[in-house]
Amino acid sequence: MAHKTKLGEVIRKYESELLEHWMKEQLAAVTLRRDIMSEDELRQQSSEFIRLLLQGIAGDNLTDITAQDWAPVRELLASFSKSRAQQGYSPSETATFVFSLKQPLFDRLRKEHGKDADGLAEDVWVATVLLDKLGLYTTEVYQQSREQIISRQQSELLELSTPVVQLWPGVLCIPLIGTLDSERTQVVMENLLQKISETGSQIAIIDISGVPAVDTLVAQHLLKTVSAARLMGADCLVSGISPQIAQTVVHLGVKLQDVTTKASLASALDVALRTLGLEVKNRQR
Amino acid sequence: MERIPILKMGPFLLVTIQVDMHDRLAETLQRDLSDRVVKDCSRGVLIDISSLEVVDSFIGRMLARIASISRILDAETVVVGMQPAVAITLVELGMSLEGVKTALDVEKGMQILQRSLGIETGGDEDAHPAE
Amino acid sequence: MLTRRSETLNIALEEDIVRVRQNTRRLAIECGFSLVDQTKMVTAASELARNTFVFGGGGTATLEVLQDGGRTGLRLTFEDRGPGIADIEQAMSDGYTSGQGLGLGLGGSKRLVNEFSIRSKVGEGTTVVITRWK
Repeated sequence: MAHKTKLGEVIRKYESELLEHWMKEQLAAVTLRRDIMSEDELRQQSSEFIRLLLQGIAGDNLTDITAQDWAPVRELLASFSKSRAQQGYSPSETATFVFSLKQPLFDRLRKEHGKDADGLAEDVWVATVLLDKLGLYTTEVYQQSREQIISRQQSELLELSTPVVQLWPGVLCIPLIGTLDSERTQVVMENLLQKISETGSQIAIIDISGVPAVDTLVAQHLLKTVSAARLMGADCLVSGISPQIAQTVVHLGVKLQDVTTKASLASALDVALRTLGLEVKNRQR
Repeated sequence: MERIPILKMGPFLLVTIQVDMHDRLAETLQRDLSDRVVKDCSRGVLIDISSLEVVDSFIGRMLARIASISRILDAETVVVGMQPAVAITLVELGMSLEGVKTALDVEKGMQILQRSLGIETGGDEDAHPAE
Repeated sequence: MLTRRSETLNIALEEDIVRVRQNTRRLAIECGFSLVDQTKMVTAASELARNTFVFGGGGTATLEVLQDGGRTGLRLTFEDRGPGIADIEQAMSDGYTSGQGLGLGLGGSKRLVNEFSIRSKVGEGTTVVITRWK
């Protein structure tokens, strides 16, 4: 590139002015949430960003923000974006942090370039592309972060919504309700094995009468859970299998021979008690 | 050389594995157990792995081997206390530990061993869930 | 993607397999993995470290903590200058044994992690890289 950008020079020369002007833009923005972040914090983050921006520019690579030079800036933006996501900012509010630097920057570029229209146009372009990329990067990180938060909340909700019940000393029951997906099944099953260990229960009944359909992945998870329980020294019975699910299982070729299956929870409980050497009798009159 | 202690409890041997064993230590345990089964005419071996946080294919194979060797020497083997995370991992790894009886804890493991003696002398035939 | 931390361990003695397990556990905890995920990673590390020691004639294990945008990951690289594997596909299939059960190590480890890659050339050596993300 024949054009030698004045970007770094301008930022260095006008650093404190730039910061003030940028702070003004941010504070004036409708999207700023003063209730969540104090002016001091904002100033600190903004000045840090400018400092690291200068570092990145010094590396002479102004187009590829995935390069090593831009790592410190990316790290700052990533942690900034993550904390904003947690605080409840929207992605635009978060990206505005970077975008609102444009106006202050362009003003000073104009001052430096004076009559050199071509030089100014070139630098404005370089600056805008760079800040766009950085702003979009915050949005990406924000998305990932929100997804992580959502998935964590989902697992917490899962654990709460699938209680493991002790039907009798030594007999646990986990009634599965609703559609099962692979991830939910995994979480629920891990929870069951943990409870087996904690309560020392030899038998766990997995009741799926509340489950409308089962696919291969879910069936495999169930089988893995039965195997894992066996390794621990407990046994699993699966009850509440509907005719539809039975057909699906056979159709999918899932091997259930090793697993004791019962149509109803009641029969499963019967097997469980018998296995433990217990019997239910009518009381003598 | 460090060894894992083997305790005698009547007709049975009890081993508690509490350290992250390196391969040689595991092999030594296997040999020591076989020697003791013969020496003490033991009828059962109980291996407590409730402290083991990792069981890889090497340890898994060792446990299966101990069970096979003991059976030839007329002793039953029960592995007790496997942690849930370990069980899940072993299943994913593809290890079924064929031929190894398991129980949730030492007490239940002892019941299995005692029952196996009972069956031999013509006791009743409850199918035990852990089998 | 950043590498926040990197440690390299030599695998020259049998005890080193234990060291690899312990260091992997420490880093997995640092990355915030659940207990089950920690155990899977440590077990995979144990399998691969043993392969490096037994079949590779010794080598190195490099443990790295990665940061990619918002997520954290743990990457382990096992390298040896051993005889190499002639038929990788066969070696990866469960049930394949070269007398000591190399099969379960590779195929099984792959199931325990999110990313798995293996490079091997006969006469030059083998490199296995596994990664788990939080």
